[in-house]
Amino acid sequence: MRSEKVIEVGNLTKKFGDFTAVKGISFEVFKGEIFGFLGANGAGKTTAMKMLIGISKPTSGEATVAGFDVKSNSEMVKKSIGYMSQRFSMYDDLTIKENITFFGGIYGLNRKQIRQKTESVIEELQLQDVADKLVGSLPLGWKQKLAFSVSLLHEPKIVFLDEPTGGVDPITRRQFWELIYAEAHKGTTIFVTTHYMDEAEYCDRVSIMVDGVIEALDTPKKLKEQFKTDSMEGVFLKLARGPLTPALPAGRPKGGIKD
Amino acid sequence: MGITLQHISKSYKKVKALDDVSFDVKPGELFGLIGPDGAGKTTLFRILTTLLIPDEGIAGVAGLDVINDYKTIRKSVGYMPGRFSLYQDLTVEENLNFFATVFGTSIEENYDLIKDIYVQIEPFKDRRAGKLSGGMKQKLALSCALIHKPKVLFLDEPTTGVDPVSRKEFWEMLKRLKEKGITILVSTPYMDEAALCDRIALIQEGKILEIDTPENIVKNHPKTIYNVGAKNTYSLIQDLKEYPGNHSVFAFGEYVHYTHSKEKFNPEDLKNYLIRKDHQRLVIHPAKVTIEDVFMDLASQHKTEGN
Amino acid sequence: MKRFIGFVKKEFYHIFRDKRSMFILFGMPIAQIMLFGFAITNEINNVDLAILDKSKDAETEKIINSISASKHFKIEAVVGNDDQIEDIFKKGNVKAVLVFEKDFAQNLQTHKKGKVQVVTDATDPNTANTITNYIQSILQHYQQEINISNVAPHQIQVKSRLYYNPELKSVFTFVPGVMTVILMLVSAMMTSISITREKELGTMEILLVSPIKPFQVITGKVFPYIFLSIINAIMILLLGYFVFEMPIEGSLILLALETVLFIVTSLALGILISTISATQQTAMMISLMGLMLPVILLSGFIFPISSMPLALQYISNIIPAKWFIIILKGIMLKGVGISFLWKETLILIGMMVFFLALSIKKYKIRLE
Repeated sequence: MRSEKVIEVGNLTKKFGDFTAVKGISFEVFKGEIFGFLGANGAGKTTAMKMLIGISKPTSGEATVAGFDVKSNSEMVKKSIGYMSQRFSMYDDLTIKENITFFGGIYGLNRKQIRQKTESVIEELQLQDVADKLVGSLPLGWKQKLAFSVSLLHEPKIVFLDEPTGGVDPITRRQFWELIYAEAHKGTTIFVTTHYMDEAEYCDRVSIMVDGVIEALDTPKKLKEQFKTDSMEGVFLKLARGPLTPALPAGRPKGGIKD
Repeated sequence: MGITLQHISKSYKKVKALDDVSFDVKPGELFGLIGPDGAGKTTLFRILTTLLIPDEGIAGVAGLDVINDYKTIRKSVGYMPGRFSLYQDLTVEENLNFFATVFGTSIEENYDLIKDIYVQIEPFKDRRAGKLSGGMKQKLALSCALIHKPKVLFLDEPTTGVDPVSRKEFWEMLKRLKEKGITILVSTPYMDEAALCDRIALIQEGKILEIDTPENIVKNHPKTIYNVGAKNTYSLIQDLKEYPGNHSVFAFGEYVHYTHSKEKFNPEDLKNYLIRKDHQRLVIHPAKVTIEDVFMDLASQHKTEGN
Repeated sequence: MKRFIGFVKKEFYHIFRDKRSMFILFGMPIAQIMLFGFAITNEINNVDLAILDKSKDAETEKIINSISASKHFKIEAVVGNDDQIEDIFKKGNVKAVLVFEKDFAQNLQTHKKGKVQVVTDATDPNTANTITNYIQSILQHYQQEINISNVAPHQIQVKSRLYYNPELKSVFTFVPGVMTVILMLVSAMMTSISITREKELGTMEILLVSPIKPFQVITGKVFPYIFLSIINAIMILLLGYFVFEMPIEGSLILLALETVLFIVTSLALGILISTISATQQTAMMISLMGLMLPVILLSGFIFPISSMPLALQYISNIIPAKWFIIILKGIMLKGVGISFLWKETLILIGMMVFFLALSIKKYKIRLE
């Protein structure tokens, strides 16, 4: 399983003026992995992710996603990945079918493919009764599940999920993760960020960013052993309490793997 | 200084946002309204803060009616709406000053009330609110809601979208506020925060599922929940779902919470079944029931009843 | 009172910290005035003329000289015969051809009549008219001169004088017009955007659930824009006066009072718009489409109302801007006082009261 690297990051840095949001991070993600990318608000998580999906140019360092360099070939990166965020998923004033058709078109699918995909998505999510209803009338959880399926229409190698389950009810949340599991099982790599610590446990490996740097990266099991807690929340609390207090002491002991 | 709701209902066009909601919040209580997006929490808050008129039912805050006495209520409560509505282009200090002026007071007057919270963001007092991190915005919004020493505090999803550390700190602040005698009604989608309240109401799709103390809710839950763990969680879930008589199978962090539909259940049978399915590192033991377990159970009951 | 001051302070912070607002508030008025003043004129300058002189005598030479001396015209070409006139128009540069008849000077002496034909390219009818008028006035001027030196019998001399704007300077129309548009823009659009921004951000909710009264919220929001509108008005008047030599013949106090009246009317309109808009975008669209466009097209600013179809003329009566422009021109160009402008002022006051009452009635104290 641990063979092909789908994401390779080396010393990736992003500066805004004289503020460095991402301070030379390095890591790899393997094919079929569910990789959790965690961090407190303001830790640089979102900035890092924006670089990986090709919408923000790194200040320095390297990153290759799906085999393409994010600096020189960001267009190919965007074409080869799927992306879903909490803030925007679907168009509320289009129906489910119309949304799938629209995004299918954007991802370059032909009519036949769109038709097939529409059928399979509706079947898989059991949306037969509401297929012609406006997405805006759906509960949030259904929207997010649909958005996830739509991000996979063009069968990308990697899909990036930005806090996909925020505010969603607990049952639907788990159904969502079952979709994620099924997809990973097929060989799609999942790169996901979340604030739900139990979801961190579902990942194969988890990285935690603190103040622009990756302070920990390992399987949930090993992280819990390393930080001597019995939950991912405990690990997170031990690591991330730092930057929220105004003065960050200089020589903080850095735990965890950076490479 | 309590809050009462009796048979409150509210609809938007065809959607019933709140359906016959009734509960009380005792003076000085820290009461949690727990439910996901779309459950009706914000609608409920807006009715209590007199911003919306219910279609049916009566509601009161500190003995005043939300419809007739709205002017008095508006002067005396603290309100923090969702998305921490702050003025993005004003600094921390300017925001606080503004709200203090609006409420006819000053930062100095009630400083001791917000001190614990404010000292954490004070180093950033000249930074524009739009440039603060989620956790800091949260603290600022809370300070602004408290600046006039309200007797009742309404906090609508103050921890949504904020990292776990800030969330934890926020609840510690709320506990300290409660000790000063303020009645606090908080809504949140995070089930783990429910345990930090005096009493909670579980709400889903406009209906109240249960109201009680977190301890009682967990204690009174009829079903036994088992933690089942294996190396491959995904196939474990699949296999559990195919096990005859299974009632619910939900991932819960490193384990899967399993409940059986019949009273007579021998976990050994399940274990053997799973061993036959080639699962490795298998563990099965009774789990501690959490609010989330109860919520999901009640919510799925409601769904089947509704169908 | 302290609440009010705190509120106004906040509003000023918002305005000065938003680069876009600042640009609209201060950049636009200046840009508009400059644009209208310098670039878009109804005057003509350096128009290319061609001459077809069938007589070629001393008189025609004198006339041609005085025309070419005028800054309005430039003698670009000489045409040999009538057939060439159309060709030279087709080439495009020449806008008019001056044709002197054969034996012009002789006819002038003997028959007291000399014929000059002005052939214009009327694809732009406005310009064509203006050209003809200018040439006519040059000719009349010349005619007066030669009449004075002749002992000719009495001729009815047509004198025309252009009152208030002898040089027909179009900037005199535009400064009042631009001032009206800018004031409407600042007062109505910016106010409506400011109020709906609070709604959009969610801070309006907090303001509602507080001791501050809706009336105080509105006045607090509106106050900075009154202030800024007045500054803008002064700026425009100063620009008009110093750069374009636009006079202010009448009473400055009356001007100030009428301006404030108009500003308040626009503000009331802005508040009204905000009560029916949920988002800033909607407010802006309604302000632009519902206010700006009618004001520019129907207020008499650019197109004279009397030339419009009857239906539009009636509609133009409900636009406050129309009345204000009449008042402005009256005070600035004609120097008249309230005795002549009482009707327009009364109409404006009526409108202000109506809009204020309506917006107060529609202002929501709840969220639905």
